[in-house]
Amino acid sequence: MPFKRYVEIGRIALVNYGKDYGKLVVIVDVIDQNRALVDAPDMVRGQINFKRLTLTDIKIDIKRVPNKKTLIAALEAADVKNKWESSSWGRKLIVQKKRASLNDFDRFKIMLAKIKKAGVVRQELAKLKKETTA
Amino acid sequence: MSYKYHQFQVVGRGLPTETEEQPKIYRMKLWATNEVRAKSKFWYYLRKLKKVKKSNGQMLAINEIFEKNPTTIKNYGIWLRYQSRTGYHNMYKEYRDTTLNGAIEQMYTEMASRHRVRHHCIQVIKTATIPAKLCKRESTKQFHNSKIKFPLVFKKVRPPTRKLKTTYKASRPNLFV
Repeated sequence: MPFKRYVEIGRIALVNYGKDYGKLVVIVDVIDQNRALVDAPDMVRGQINFKRLTLTDIKIDIKRVPNKKTLIAALEAADVKNKWESSSWGRKLIVQKKRASLNDFDRFKIMLAKIKKAGVVRQELAKLKKETTA
Repeated sequence: MSYKYHQFQVVGRGLPTETEEQPKIYRMKLWATNEVRAKSKFWYYLRKLKKVKKSNGQMLAINEIFEKNPTTIKNYGIWLRYQSRTGYHNMYKEYRDTTLNGAIEQMYTEMASRHRVRHHCIQVIKTATIPAKLCKRESTKQFHNSKIKFPLVFKKVRPPTRKLKTTYKASRPNLFV
């Protein structure tokens, strides 16, 4: 049961409450027991409570409180965006967002695709059943 | 980040009289929730220091002071004088925060919780940003570590907005990080 994700300088976290909900931010410094100084390429560096953060597995290599340019360069070097979007957690969030933004025509297309997929699966199942009984 | 206490610079003097054509001008930096309260506080302190009241004085300027670098963390030392149930005491407290207004707000809430001292019984004598070497309190010095690392031990499961809050849940939450 040891801990794997630590609050440390360079840890990537997901904001799970508040105005910046859903953003990936970098912990750039620790203010005190409850708050961290946090930065992201598209926001002003600011403080946030740990209760509003969920730590991820990703960590980048930066010094304490880097300036914006160094931070963006470090994020590029560690390829955080691709690592996040290829992780199972990141993929789930992308799917959730896609599902929430569908319009009626997209839902219709999905319905047809589901029916088609179910039809193909059932055909294969019928084939396998016939082989076992035969 | 909206702060309850704002820092104001208040400048005032006594009214000019025949004996004193150019009375001395006094400037004070203080914390109040709004400008009206800041002006009132200014006269309160000035009365205690000089023989001048609001009725025979004039306010020359009142400006709000904003934090110069609200994106850097600083260690603030606050010297205060407070009234307890048995008398007046001086205190020195340290806080780590990004802005001075935030540190003052922390101070007021901490004095209220630890010593049951309400806001009107506290007088701020002096504030300063302290370099890390000169900090006196262990609770601020423990964060002076460039390789700080600690786990979040207990994960509070919260709905992402207050609107999604429900009284009953189907299952118990998993609190492991």
